[in-house]
Parts: sequence; structure tokens; C-alpha cells
Amino acid sequence: MTLEGEIASLAAVSGGKAAKDGGAPAHVTVRGLCKRFNDAIVYDRFDLDIPRGNLISVFGPNGCGKSTLINLIAGLIARDAGEILFGGKPLRDTKFGYVFQNYREALFPWLRSIDNVEYPLKLMKLGKPERRARTERLVAHLGVKIDLHRYPYELSGGQQQLVSIMRALVVEPEILFLDEPFSALDYEMTLFMRDQLQRIFVETGTTTVLVSHDLEEAVYLADRVLLLSRRPARVADYVRYDAARPRTDATLSEHDFVCVKAHCLEIFQREVRKG
Amino acid sequence: MKTRLDPYLPIVGVIGLIIVWYLAVWYEVVDKVLLPSPSDTLRALWKGMSGGRLGFDFWRTVERTTLATLIAAAIAIPLGIFLGASERLYRSVEFVIDFFRSTPASAMFPLFLVLFGVGDETKISVAAFGAALVILFNVAYGVMNARKTRLLAAKVMGASRLRVLTDVMLLESLPQTFVGLRNGVSLALVIVVVAEMFIGSTDGLGHRVFEAQQLFAMPDMYAAIFAAGALGYGLNLLFLLVERRFVHWSGK
Repeated sequence: MTLEGEIASLAAVSGGKAAKDGGAPAHVTVRGLCKRFNDAIVYDRFDLDIPRGNLISVFGPNGCGKSTLINLIAGLIARDAGEILFGGKPLRDTKFGYVFQNYREALFPWLRSIDNVEYPLKLMKLGKPERRARTERLVAHLGVKIDLHRYPYELSGGQQQLVSIMRALVVEPEILFLDEPFSALDYEMTLFMRDQLQRIFVETGTTTVLVSHDLEEAVYLADRVLLLSRRPARVADYVRYDAARPRTDATLSEHDFVCVKAHCLEIFQREVRKG
Repeated sequence: MKTRLDPYLPIVGVIGLIIVWYLAVWYEVVDKVLLPSPSDTLRALWKGMSGGRLGFDFWRTVERTTLATLIAAAIAIPLGIFLGASERLYRSVEFVIDFFRSTPASAMFPLFLVLFGVGDETKISVAAFGAALVILFNVAYGVMNARKTRLLAAKVMGASRLRVLTDVMLLESLPQTFVGLRNGVSLALVIVVVAEMFIGSTDGLGHRVFEAQQLFAMPDMYAAIFAAGALGYGLNLLFLLVERRFVHWSGK
């Protein structure tokens, strides 16, 4: 595709609307991030800004390092070089939540769901009444209708993932990371969980980074879609999507949505073909 | 197709065995002296267990097996956790553990006889030795195979290394620990019964089987064998029930 063509499609996407995050300062700043696994250079002097209060979807070719990116930002794996700051603070002074793809292996099956949700509060050395109060507040806030006194393995997959999302949110994190949270669920449950996540995002306004392998989901949920190139990953594009929330099934057939998705797909295909 | 009768299916095998046994006795397939009828055996079992010698010997074996398993568990579980918590540490002692785990415990009797004499200590300590290695190996593997995601989840939430160990690793290893305990108690029973047969014993199921055979009291011998079988089965079942109660998430 020609450069002109790209610019034209980009213009079509943003449609001349004012950016929602136009004034939002960067919450997370990634500067000069480097990471290599043995011989593979995954990130080489990578820069990224994540605006505060935005939901960012990360999308890209297989094995480009989508999950690695949030794992590096969340400190699950150590970086080789670079600086990552959260509102100017380092990670250790930042409260964050992390939701794993594999909820079965991330929840503690020996604890009832409610005790799973309260576990991080226990680590913060809060007393039992305070823990219960905060959990109940969260449940009421999110309108969750799960019997939390059941063990995780007694719940459906979607309910289990909802419990792990609650466990991540109960500490009132500044930022929430989700690593392909719905990819182990069936389609029906995925649709349901998308809307649950959207509701949670609208309710809490927490800066959220979502790794997704489903472009429709990535665009549907995002304020901005971060498109990564093949290794070493660069920002192929950082596409804005400003549709009002709550977005619904109808959103999926709106002109704006279709355009943004088509644009993302084009960039994605271009990056895949480069490999 | 499932029916209401399904729970009773295991009885079919039992009835089948008794019928074959009766037929064998009826047609004298085996010398009558060597194979008493099921009813004679059952009578000997009943008489022995209700106030007879067999009951006393049965409880002696229970005592020794229980004691051996308790000692083994008390040593092997903490040690297994300690070794399993560091994979490199476990790898460095793995060969020694596997070697002695593969050594027939009965080969250790002479050594333990020298160490502990011909009393109960020898029987119990050899059984404890065998069971401990089985338990140790299972506990260590249970700790090492703790789901990485679960450990990471605890770490991400800010759990210290000690908290990860006590809140996650220990509980993660419980199902495997119970596998070790069940195998351990079975092995302890085998070793105790063998020890009771030969090492200057005056009681216990092994002694009962051996003495009945020496006296050619065949119904008594079969009764003692069945008592030993019931004990082994019962111990296994007991651990399964305890496991289901305390490790409710096992296999889920």
C-alpha cells in the first residue's frame, strides 16, 4: 500500500473527531525498553505512552511479544534495559492488578471464591472486617451475581475469570493488566465477559491494558489499539477508537467500528507479510 | 446405560470368586487340605477376629504400620518441602533418594537388626525407612510441580517468598503428598508383615500366617491372609477418605 493510501485510511478512521485522550497525560511511560530471550530480540529500545484512564488493547502477529510487553511492564519478567514509570513512580510504588489467561491455574482452588478475592488484601495485612467490607463494596459496585462462597472449581469458566478480575480489582489498582483473559472461554461466554469488562472499566475508570488475539474484541473494548510488528516489536500503529460507551452489539456494525477494524487488519496483515 | 444397581457391581467379582472357589473345592481341583472351603475360612476368620489370636495379631500389625507411617510422615513431609522448594537442591540429592527408594527395603533388615536388635524397633524402623522415601519423593515433586501460574499470581499480588511457600506451594503439594502417604502406608504394611514372619516375632499378621502354615491350619492361614488384605484395603480407603475431606480440590 502506498503512503498516501495509508494516510487516507487513517484519516477515515479518526474522522476528524477530537481525541478523547487529547488532554489525558501519559499514565505509563515506557522508554528504551530492551528484552531478549537467548538469541531472540523481542524488544529493542521500545517506547510507549499509555494515557491515564484509557483502555489499551495490544494486538499483533503471533509470537511478537504481546504478553511479554505487559509482563515486562507489570514486572513479571525482568527487562534487560529501559525505564518504565507509572505517573512518574517506579513499579514497586504502584498498585496494580494482573489477570492471567489461565484462570484455572491462577485462582487458588483451596480457597472459596470470596477468600480468593480477599487474598491480596490479606497480603496487605488488612483485618477480616475491613477485607470483607472492601469485597462487598466491590461486589455491589460491579453488580456481580456469583455465589462467592463456592469454590472456584464449582463455578463456570467465565465466573472463574470474573473472580480473578475481582481479585485484581479489590486492591483498587492504578492500572489493570489482562493477558488474553477470555481466550479460554467459549464464544457465548466471551461476548458476555467483554461486556462485563467494559462495565467494570466504565465503573472504575482504571487504566487498563488488555492483550487480545481477537481483533474484534481488541477494537470493541479499546480507546486505543496498540498494533505491534514482528520481532523485534515496534509500534506498527496506535489506533484511536472513540465510540461512546457502553458499546453494544450494534457498535460492531457501525461505520466507525468497521473502518477502524479494517484499518487495524490492514496493518496487521502488512506486518505478518513482512515476516 | 447406568442403573440403580451400578453401585453393587463390585459385588459381582466377589460372588464370582466365591463360586469358583466352591467349585474348586467341590471338584477337588486342589488337595482338600491345601484349599479349605470358603465357609470354613470365613468361620476361621470370624472366630479369630472375635476374641481369638487373629484379632490380637491384627491389631499388633495395625499398631506397627501406623507407627511406622507416622514416623515416616513426620520426617519425610518437612524434608520433602525443604528439598522441593529448591529444585537444584532436590536434583543434587535425587539420585540418592531414587537409589534407596529402588532398594528393596527387605534387603535392609540385616543392617537394621544390627542397629536395633530383634525387637519391634527394627520392624518399625525398616518400614518407616521404606515409607519415608516414598513420601519424601512425592512431597518434593508435589512442591516442585506447583503450578507456575499460581506461584506467579501470588508473587504479583505482593506475596513474599515465605508467603508463597506457606500459602501456595504447601497446598499445591497436598494432593501429591496424599499419593505419597497412600503408597507409603501400603509399603509399610508389606514390610511390617514380612518382618513379622521372619524376624523373631511372636505376634502380628505375618507371624499368624507363618505359624498357621507351619501347623498346617489352612483355614487359619487363609483367614489371616484375608485379614491382611482387608487391612491393606482399609488403610488405603482411609487415606482416600481423609484426602477427599481435606484436599477437596484434588483433580479438579
